[in-house]
Amino acid sequence: MKVGLFIPCYVNQLYPQVAIATLELLEKLNVDVYYPQGQTCCGQPLGNSGYEEDSKGACSLFVENFKEYDYIVGPSGSCIYHVKHHFDILEQTPEVIRVRNNAYELCEFLVKILDVKDLGASFPHKVGLHKSCHGLRGLKLGSCSEMMGPHFSTEEDLLNKVKGLKLMSLSRKDECCGFGGTFSVFEEAISVKMGKDRVQDHLDSDVEVITGADHSCLMHLEGLINRNKQPLKVMHIAEILNSSL
Amino acid sequence: MKHSEKAEIFNKDEAKVNWHDKALWYVREKRDNSAHKVKGWEYLRELGSGIKANVLSNLDEYLIQFESNAKKNGIHVHWASNAEEHNEIVNSILVKHNAKKVVKSKSMLTEECHLNPYLEKKGIEVIDTDLGERIVQLAKEPPSHIVLPAIHKTKEEVDVLFQEHLGTKPSQGNPEYLVSEARKHLRNKFLKADVAITGVNFAVADTGGVVVCTNEGNADMGVHLAKAHIACMGIEKIIPQEKHLGVFLRLLARSATGQPITTYSSHFNKAEEGKEMHIIIVDNGRTEQLSREDFRASLHCIRCGACMNTCPIYRRSGGHSYDYTIPGPIGSILSPGKDLKKYSSLPFASTLCGSCSNVCPVKINIHEQLYKWRQVIVKEEKQPIIKKAILKTAGVVLSKPGLYDFAGKSARFALKNFPKFMIYNKLNAWGKARDLPEVKNDNFDEWFKKRNKDG
Repeated sequence: MKVGLFIPCYVNQLYPQVAIATLELLEKLNVDVYYPQGQTCCGQPLGNSGYEEDSKGACSLFVENFKEYDYIVGPSGSCIYHVKHHFDILEQTPEVIRVRNNAYELCEFLVKILDVKDLGASFPHKVGLHKSCHGLRGLKLGSCSEMMGPHFSTEEDLLNKVKGLKLMSLSRKDECCGFGGTFSVFEEAISVKMGKDRVQDHLDSDVEVITGADHSCLMHLEGLINRNKQPLKVMHIAEILNSSL
Repeated sequence: MKHSEKAEIFNKDEAKVNWHDKALWYVREKRDNSAHKVKGWEYLRELGSGIKANVLSNLDEYLIQFESNAKKNGIHVHWASNAEEHNEIVNSILVKHNAKKVVKSKSMLTEECHLNPYLEKKGIEVIDTDLGERIVQLAKEPPSHIVLPAIHKTKEEVDVLFQEHLGTKPSQGNPEYLVSEARKHLRNKFLKADVAITGVNFAVADTGGVVVCTNEGNADMGVHLAKAHIACMGIEKIIPQEKHLGVFLRLLARSATGQPITTYSSHFNKAEEGKEMHIIIVDNGRTEQLSREDFRASLHCIRCGACMNTCPIYRRSGGHSYDYTIPGPIGSILSPGKDLKKYSSLPFASTLCGSCSNVCPVKINIHEQLYKWRQVIVKEEKQPIIKKAILKTAGVVLSKPGLYDFAGKSARFALKNFPKFMIYNKLNAWGKARDLPEVKNDNFDEWFKKRNKDG
């Protein structure tokens, strides 16, 4: 099984520790993982802003970079969602279809494909899970509070096996954080208010570390936490799952 | 004014935003609990969506069937292609009855057609009889929510409003007192009304009758007391058979307020002895929306308001920031079809979180339609120069690994080395209330190259 590691553009530039944790995690699980050079971005910021046409170059490059792998794995629910759901702007060649079908968010890949249950990680802290919308509602990484049906959560399953980790219960389990890509800039006031409310829920729930499977949401929350000097840390779920493995 | 600007103004009063958000979240939770009690809720949604898809695919036939059955019941049926025609028809019926006083139950269609100001100009008194509607009518505001029209007003504000218009005593927002005073005031209006206007929740093709859902019984009160009843409906309100009501009535009330069923689901199948019943069937842009394949399903909407209650943006920006008859997520996909220029900021007032699509009782893919409207708007409407330049450039940069590498390094260099005032300025909306990420180490590409060299 050849796995292509996809590192979202902003993670590559701003949060290399998330990419390193993802790579190390996969390598420790004996996955045959490759990092194709010359990757940039999935095109999501353009598509979500209405400039889907201008994203075709980035999308084609993505396909070119990842067409030869059995699986494409990335530590970002929203980017993977974009590849799976919005690459219909490209001509649907067998390569494009293959890339779309084989793209996986990290947690989903660990649980569904590798059937990993316990990673042997240890992280003795009170953790709050931010369930990012594109992963949750888009990729169905877990059940949503507004849908009727049995409860499940890919991320919770993985975190619950981490030694010493206490997963805290939030009052609004899956409310959006207000990042939303360019929304965070063009609807600044609402975006900030939504983020503040998300942070407050974690503070009220006695959380020490906020985690999630999408670092863009965490970037937004961290920006607020740092500005307001709040006693919270932010870590991508890959960093927690990779700790003391 | 754009949605973002209005929302920013609404957000100046954070305590009020918190209150608005909590009030609507309470309704959303009530809806969740209520839906959980229905076995097969998701199946029911599927069924509702399927019936609506059938209706829209055969709309012409169902409308003709409905008209013919309604006429058999002695109902006068009128067709209006737009708001003006609708208003003129209403007026012609009022003239015929020499009516000067009208009571109206809640109807988003008459809001859409701006019926009240039209009739008021002709010297007719129009009283909205739904309590929330009456409150916003007294305040000279449009409803801010389709099911909870005055949700943006606190009881203290209503107290002041009633003192001013109904001559009530100050009560510090005592809800029992205010409701009882409103009841007295409205009763007087019901008794004196010449004609009653209602909306239509469902028009049943195989019976020719209409169903109106209220919690206050105000539609019934109005219709039974006045000598004529005018029911105004959009063409999409049709359901094929009476038995389908079982699906929609269960979905509607639970999605709207968490109630098992609205207090009154009133069936109007013919006029009472000696009275008249009229139905006005209105298009007003719906056929055009029906012709847009990507956006057709927006016409499934049964106006429950669940997408507004669940929408984290709506809850924190208030209904008036949308400046459209139907606010919130569903309004953001209906409004661009009416006026692309005026409403071009609304499809962007979303993080595409998808909760709206999940709660929608008739499974409208709202967040996917928001994404699609954005593509249309960027092509057809003039865009802000800076936004356009940034995104067009990003498109080129992200398609060329070399350029991307250079851009990434430059941005990281700037974040690391530029003085604060150069980074946190007016052009940087992100930095107004949030810190930018801190740049400490190499980027991942550099780390990876080094590791492979060393290894």
